[in-house]
Amino acid sequence: MSPRDIPTVSRIPGVFEKLKAAGRKALIPFITAGDPDKASTVPIMHALVTAGADIIELGVPFSDPMADGPTIQRSSERALKHGTSLRDCLDFVREFRSRDQATPVVLMGYANPIEAMGYDTFAAAAADAGVDGVLVVDYPPEESVELTTKLRAAGIDSIFLLSPTSLDQRMEEVAHLASGYVYYVSLKGVTGAAHLDLAEIARKIPQIRARVNLPIGVGFGIRDGATARAVSGISDAVVIGSRLVQEIEAAPPGQAAAKVGSLVAEIRRAMDAQA
Amino acid sequence: MQMTDLPDRKGHFGPYGGIFVAETLMYALDELRDNYERLRQDPAFVAEFEYELKHYVGRPSPVYFAKRLTEQCGGAQIWLKREDLNHTGAHKINNTMGQALVARHMGKKRIIAETGAGQHGVASATVAARFGMECVVYMGSEDIQRQAPNVYRMKLLGASVVPVESGSKTLKDALNEAMRDWVTNVEGTFYIIGTVAGPHPYPMMVRDFNSVVGRELLTQMPEAAGRFPDAILACVGGGSNAMGAFYPFIPHQEVRLIGVEAGGHGLHTGKHAATLCAGKPGVLHGNRTYLMQDENGQIMETHSISAGLDYPGVGPEHAWLKDTGRAEYVAVTDEEALEAFHALCRVEGIIPALESSHAVAQAMKMARTMSKDKVLLVNLSGRGDKDMNTVAHHSGLTL
Ligand SMILES: Cc1ncc(COP(=O)(O)O)c(C=O)c1O
Repeated sequence: MSPRDIPTVSRIPGVFEKLKAAGRKALIPFITAGDPDKASTVPIMHALVTAGADIIELGVPFSDPMADGPTIQRSSERALKHGTSLRDCLDFVREFRSRDQATPVVLMGYANPIEAMGYDTFAAAAADAGVDGVLVVDYPPEESVELTTKLRAAGIDSIFLLSPTSLDQRMEEVAHLASGYVYYVSLKGVTGAAHLDLAEIARKIPQIRARVNLPIGVGFGIRDGATARAVSGISDAVVIGSRLVQEIEAAPPGQAAAKVGSLVAEIRRAMDAQA
Repeated sequence: MQMTDLPDRKGHFGPYGGIFVAETLMYALDELRDNYERLRQDPAFVAEFEYELKHYVGRPSPVYFAKRLTEQCGGAQIWLKREDLNHTGAHKINNTMGQALVARHMGKKRIIAETGAGQHGVASATVAARFGMECVVYMGSEDIQRQAPNVYRMKLLGASVVPVESGSKTLKDALNEAMRDWVTNVEGTFYIIGTVAGPHPYPMMVRDFNSVVGRELLTQMPEAAGRFPDAILACVGGGSNAMGAFYPFIPHQEVRLIGVEAGGHGLHTGKHAATLCAGKPGVLHGNRTYLMQDENGQIMETHSISAGLDYPGVGPEHAWLKDTGRAEYVAVTDEEALEAFHALCRVEGIIPALESSHAVAQAMKMARTMSKDKVLLVNLSGRGDKDMNTVAHHSGLTL
């Protein structure tokens, strides 16, 4: 049995259906949990929703973030300095859920903290905390059948990355396991890099659509409202990470939620103006 | 399946190895695997590699009976495989030569590498100069301090050395940074990983290129000592010199294979890099293997007097050799390695690398408890010129 045969029960498909009916695109902000400190994370999550976020990607800090650029590396280092663990991240989601039962939360991170916790424990704890999706950057489809199956049985979607260099066969492998949405990495390189090729994205998305029957989010390299609007014109969702993490890094103490909230609100307005 | 037939097509050694990288790197790894699978079967490529090993690297490296060291220990015979006599002074060039040839066949003009002790960086810079390729070496800023002579050697050879300031500023962070470079510049760049770690096909490819060490031993030991050794000892950082010496001997069950890890200040202190002795399985740098990690799965900072062993992971094939019991892994402390370093200098006139000194220390320990007809073979992976500052510092001197 493929994990895809287990019906999804997360909050993610409902969000995309509603947006589609309204002719709008999803805005998915990414923040690193525990950055700048543990107490800020849940307030920042609520501020993101107030500002117009549809889904939140919560980064689980890792000591060796191989696929991240300097901005997210530094945010992980700040979070780890306060000892932010995978268990803390699950606690943040549980606390967030006490006030918000509607907004999907996707945990995004690296394999080893999950390996250390164990798949069964993680799947059960994540479901219990109210997690909707999991994206493990360094688990390609061929290494993640077991975890994906266990998550799906616990009602959690597995989000996978696709890149400009993904061939048709790889898209099909992803299609076999993925649910919720797929995340198209819009450039070669690490998070936070500055160049983004809209024409290339426009070429690639129909190829993905032909093989993967899920909403497509685009991320890596989106830094402002204008780009977000352009990307949302050709995809189903826009993911913004490094730019927000930068805002959190630069915010005076106690003002991270307010700063990042106003930036997300501005991006939301730009995206909706097009509709 | 024979153990020597591993890894499988997806890079697994039992539960270890595999490919654990972001989607953005999959294409590059597929391309590398396909090219390497083809080249390793190609007699012309093999001949080209052997020619370079003979005429440029200076192979075969001799085996040498350390008679006076043996007498001093008073037990089993200690023999040395002299990888320290290779061009650039360590086993690392066996691998960089092989990978540089693969890079040439793939039409890549830019080489990147990570380095800890600087030996792999020097070996990469050397082959890049030899073939007229651009070379960028990532090195933790801590290691740049510890290994200044090698930094200068790389620069003389025309490489640029990029200091890495993230994380613990050592080898593991240099590897992260090299991966980030690769994912960004994937088209024209070839990443030469310096040990039997990383995603498939690296653990296999690096092992294959270093296996020339073990293959030479298969004929040299019967010629020189009249038989195979009772045990082969090699230090294990990522494990490339050990894997190269062990691999051809895996089917020869009568030969014990002993990997010697960096015990640092002692396993009980937590300040060490003895991953197989004290770590737990997990995923780092593209493969599943034993790791030094905390209870939350964060990678721990390691300690060793030798920068080349100061790594929190280990090659996945070693993890499998450990679990299956085919190889044994032990740890030797900084102090024991230093003692062996000085012994080899004084008694044999050979200045070994601090990494290799760990294996010498274990051989000296074992020899004392074994009879004189037993034979221990130490893979002397490198020479110690690069370690002058470190050793002097430990003796209270500044050069
Ligand atoms: C002389 C020498 N021996 C051993 C090592 C450790 O690497 P490995 O375990 O891959 O042989 C190094 C690494 O820099 C080295 O320079």
